[in-house]
Amino acid sequence: MEISVTINGANRTSEVEPRTLLVYYLRDELGLTGTNVGCDTSSCGACTVHVNGESVKSCTMLAVQADGQDVTTIEGLAPSADQLHPMQESFQDNHGLQCGYCTPGMVMAACSLLEENPAPTEAEVREGLEGNLCRCTGYHNIVKAVLACSGQDVS
Amino acid sequence: MIPAAFDYKKADSAEEAIALVAEHGDEAKFLAGGHSLIPMMKLRLAVPSVLVDIGGVEDLSYIDDRDDHIAVGALAKHRSLETSDLLISECPLLAHVASKVGDPQVRHRGTLGGSLAHSDPASDLPAAVLALGGSLVAQGPNGVREITAADFFTGYFESALSEDEMLTEVRIPKAPGATWNYQKFNRRAQDWAIVGVAAVEVQGITQVSLVNMGSTPLRASGVEAALAGGASAAEAAEAAAEGTEPPTDLNASPEYRSHLAQVLTRRALEASGVS
Repeated sequence: MEISVTINGANRTSEVEPRTLLVYYLRDELGLTGTNVGCDTSSCGACTVHVNGESVKSCTMLAVQADGQDVTTIEGLAPSADQLHPMQESFQDNHGLQCGYCTPGMVMAACSLLEENPAPTEAEVREGLEGNLCRCTGYHNIVKAVLACSGQDVS
Repeated sequence: MIPAAFDYKKADSAEEAIALVAEHGDEAKFLAGGHSLIPMMKLRLAVPSVLVDIGGVEDLSYIDDRDDHIAVGALAKHRSLETSDLLISECPLLAHVASKVGDPQVRHRGTLGGSLAHSDPASDLPAAVLALGGSLVAQGPNGVREITAADFFTGYFESALSEDEMLTEVRIPKAPGATWNYQKFNRRAQDWAIVGVAAVEVQGITQVSLVNMGSTPLRASGVEAALAGGASAAEAAEAAAEGTEPPTDLNASPEYRSHLAQVLTRRALEASGVS
């Protein structure tokens, strides 16, 4: 069926099979491979994107459910090709990644978290990222990156 | 993992959704937030041939004050329950339990009605609605009926809804001055409860319900009876597993769950101010 979705600010109209999951629509149909598939069971959060500004797991949403909605992926976060989004910059500055596989989902979840809670405590950051798994960092620097991005002192 | 192929229909109203499901019989399923159904379809545990998407039915996302009760539209998302000022002041247990479901991404999509209609005994919200003495409104081709939470959950993933009925509203009686607590025990963030206990105390009467202690969410009737008979929280909690048939899985044996139910019930009662 035909769907029309705003992806990173641009309107995209595509023909999709109803069973196509949003993450595969983004990756295979639109070539937006920044969004990763991790566990494929709604657990790891690697596939996190924003739908109407809120974090969702794109492996647990059908592309047809995104019809008429506004979707932002990691590719749409930075203001321009040579400038990072403040959250991406904060992950870089605070060494909030190692292998990088969870990073796009982690950054999207973190942005959604700060949208809802602009000055979270450390505990709130940890709880707010409970839907995202990282197997490298032990989370400490990810939490630090999010706190720093919210303007809090992490030194 | 990709779901088996299905036909997709989008409904703009409850009436249209009910008519579409009636047309396709037991091959059709309602799709709300999809956070229970889509994972099951990806595992091919659910293979509906028609999905009727009710996610766009906008007038079912309300949280309304109706004098003696709060009415929540079936499509209200967990995140809206969690952040609703009305719920936080009039029915804080429901707001709190909603904040314990899954993780933020799940709560942005999952709906109260979806969680209840799915009737998973390991889910948080069914037990909360049961402890709160709520009722559920079902709409079908022949009209609307109200089902108490006590009658709604009939078996493992089974509810009193008939195939052509759609859950449209959840009603929670107001209980001014109620004290409450919810205990959820799991090993990892975002997991389902191995056991959960919801307790509500209103004017000396305590209602307790259990998560994942049987094929449906259960009222801990032994605990409630003991409290009504004057037992202390610690004494009453010993009856938490009475009459239950807790499941076995990779997380826990029935014996472990029974023990947990007692411990968590005592904690929930004490935190609710029952001494």
